[in-house]
Amino acid sequence: MTLLTGKYPDKRGRFGKYGGRYVPETVMYALEELTQAYKSSKRDKSFQSELSILLRDYSGRPTPLYFAERFSDKVGADVYFKREDLNHTGAHKINNCLGQALLARKMGKRRIIAETGAGQHGLATATVCALFDLECVIYMGAIDVKRQISNVRKMELLDAKVIPVESGSKTLKDATNEALRDWVTNVRETFYIIGSVVGPHPYPAMVRDFQSIIGREARAQILKRAGRLPDLAIACVGGGSNALGLFSAFLDDKKVDLLGVEAAGKGLTSGQHSATLTLGKPGVLHGSMSYLLYDYDGQITLPHSISAGLDYPGVGPEHSFLKDSGRVEYTSVTDKEALSAFKLVCKLEGIVPALESSHALAHLLKKKALKQYTGRSKSKRPIVLFCLSGRGDKDLDIVIPMRRDSEGAKI
Amino acid sequence: MSSKIQNLKSSDNLSRSHLDVLASLMSGVRNNGRKLLIPYFTAGYPSLRATYDLAKLAEDCGADILELGAPFSDPLADGPTIQKSSQIALDNGVNLESILNLVEKIRVKSNLPIFIMGYYNPIEAFGPRRFVKAASASGLTGMIIPDLPPEEGEEFTGFAKESNVAVTFLAAPTSTAKRLKKIDSMSTHFVYAVTVAGVTGARKSFGTETLGALRRFRHALRKPFVAGFGVSTPQNAAKLARVSDGVVIGSALIKALDGSGYRAGSKQIANLLTAVRKSLDGLT
Repeated sequence: MTLLTGKYPDKRGRFGKYGGRYVPETVMYALEELTQAYKSSKRDKSFQSELSILLRDYSGRPTPLYFAERFSDKVGADVYFKREDLNHTGAHKINNCLGQALLARKMGKRRIIAETGAGQHGLATATVCALFDLECVIYMGAIDVKRQISNVRKMELLDAKVIPVESGSKTLKDATNEALRDWVTNVRETFYIIGSVVGPHPYPAMVRDFQSIIGREARAQILKRAGRLPDLAIACVGGGSNALGLFSAFLDDKKVDLLGVEAAGKGLTSGQHSATLTLGKPGVLHGSMSYLLYDYDGQITLPHSISAGLDYPGVGPEHSFLKDSGRVEYTSVTDKEALSAFKLVCKLEGIVPALESSHALAHLLKKKALKQYTGRSKSKRPIVLFCLSGRGDKDLDIVIPMRRDSEGAKI
Repeated sequence: MSSKIQNLKSSDNLSRSHLDVLASLMSGVRNNGRKLLIPYFTAGYPSLRATYDLAKLAEDCGADILELGAPFSDPLADGPTIQKSSQIALDNGVNLESILNLVEKIRVKSNLPIFIMGYYNPIEAFGPRRFVKAASASGLTGMIIPDLPPEEGEEFTGFAKESNVAVTFLAAPTSTAKRLKKIDSMSTHFVYAVTVAGVTGARKSFGTETLGALRRFRHALRKPFVAGFGVSTPQNAAKLARVSDGVVIGSALIKALDGSGYRAGSKQIANLLTAVRKSLDGLT
């Protein structure tokens, strides 16, 4: 297998045929400017040292690698949780926001905008804006505002302006449209902090790089703890930033299987899901070519997931590339399966996982999930590295009513 | 007798193809300083039948080129007016195929150059090469794709040229000199100059940013360029056309249809287009 690390994207921002810059001309210069600023920040020692100090002292990195013993016994493997939920603001999103906010400051942009689904990226953005004294505007679908109200309140406490988006599906897709419209209008003074490995070049590569600290830490930690690399690294995939953050450290380790878990919503045949890589086709939305959910006419179809962070019809272009190349496999689990994994892990481990991350846990709980690994070494169980991308406090309003009413997936 | 003359005249016009008309418009711009009037209608808003009638009306009011908006579920370069009309067109079941059928119908009686302005994903779903072939067969003149900058548009432009379909790229106030050069050379006939950093929508007035940008385009672009985004009155149209080669007027027309129903709206549109035509002709 050819080495994947550091090779992609190419100069045009392409991962194979995916990626690129499909945006209005008005923001093209800003993407060129950002690409340059990002490139020079990589070589800028003071930038890098400021970022790593913030990641350590402000966000609490390195995050622990936790051996989840009771969950392991349940699934018949040694499962290690990479505890991104223990980051400041409760998810991996802060890794990326700290990096981009430092860049914004370096570029002299005083106004920050962002889109958010579950509110975790919005919260992380509002947090770094408070820290760096930057103006902050968050676009959030009106449905998501309702189902993740605790995050909205936190963002407002941090002095961010949260704008509920009423157009289209009123979720992450439309929040992203509105953020892009704002950016096109205010591009000169505004820095758009995109929250996942999506959007026009350089965002997919830049966000991956800022999140790659997850994989770098986890690789070193598991080598130390388990004495070898895992058989499987697994993460949930919406846009796919926590997954790429984890996978990026293992792309060239042939023996480590990589698996991304998408949201099958109410089922793959229900028409209500967010399983972009499983059921989508290559297309163009929000600035890049990638797998996408759309109809015969090319109109984007409305996704569904119980988890606001996965409720998106697109996915990062690098995931599309990794799927086609066969290096990463993708599967999906339903709302129901994710919900029961959520509850089980609360009870077994005393950890409340985000509904997003619960999708990956749900896959591990499937009967045949780990069958292929059991014969590998006779005496020992397979080793699984799981990215616990965030904590589930934000999801209580979704999970608790659903215990009474299983139809109430969307509020 | 007058209807006979009318018939003769129109059949004479029809002997020239819409591509010839486009070419002679461009030389009119270069040689005589002609100012182009380009109305935009969302195809299928309020209905495809209405769009057919509006095309005829626009031509009668002095339109040089017709721009038909292809609706998309996620029109991220558009303001509320066109977002709304696009959604209604989508609810009416409009797609690229039905728009090309409409073009074919208009083509029976008119050689007015027609451009489709539409986002890239529906074209990707259609198949870019297959689409330009179908477009050419229907009598479509050209394409404007707001989320396809020159960097991503090379393959598509190649297909379009094979099929004799024109391609117009957009220039923005934020485009660098290097970018303008590329936009200019890749556009086959003319460039679409976005007047403001922002989304589509009627605006009352333009600041120095707009006029400054248009002057910069005048200097940097060799091909004719028309100013779009925000044109809403004969006065602001004239102001923009003084430093460009014409105007695109869109949201103001859609608003007229939204406000008062088709009949009153089309009357307003006729009045506005006639007045804009007059003010543009006053400049030459």
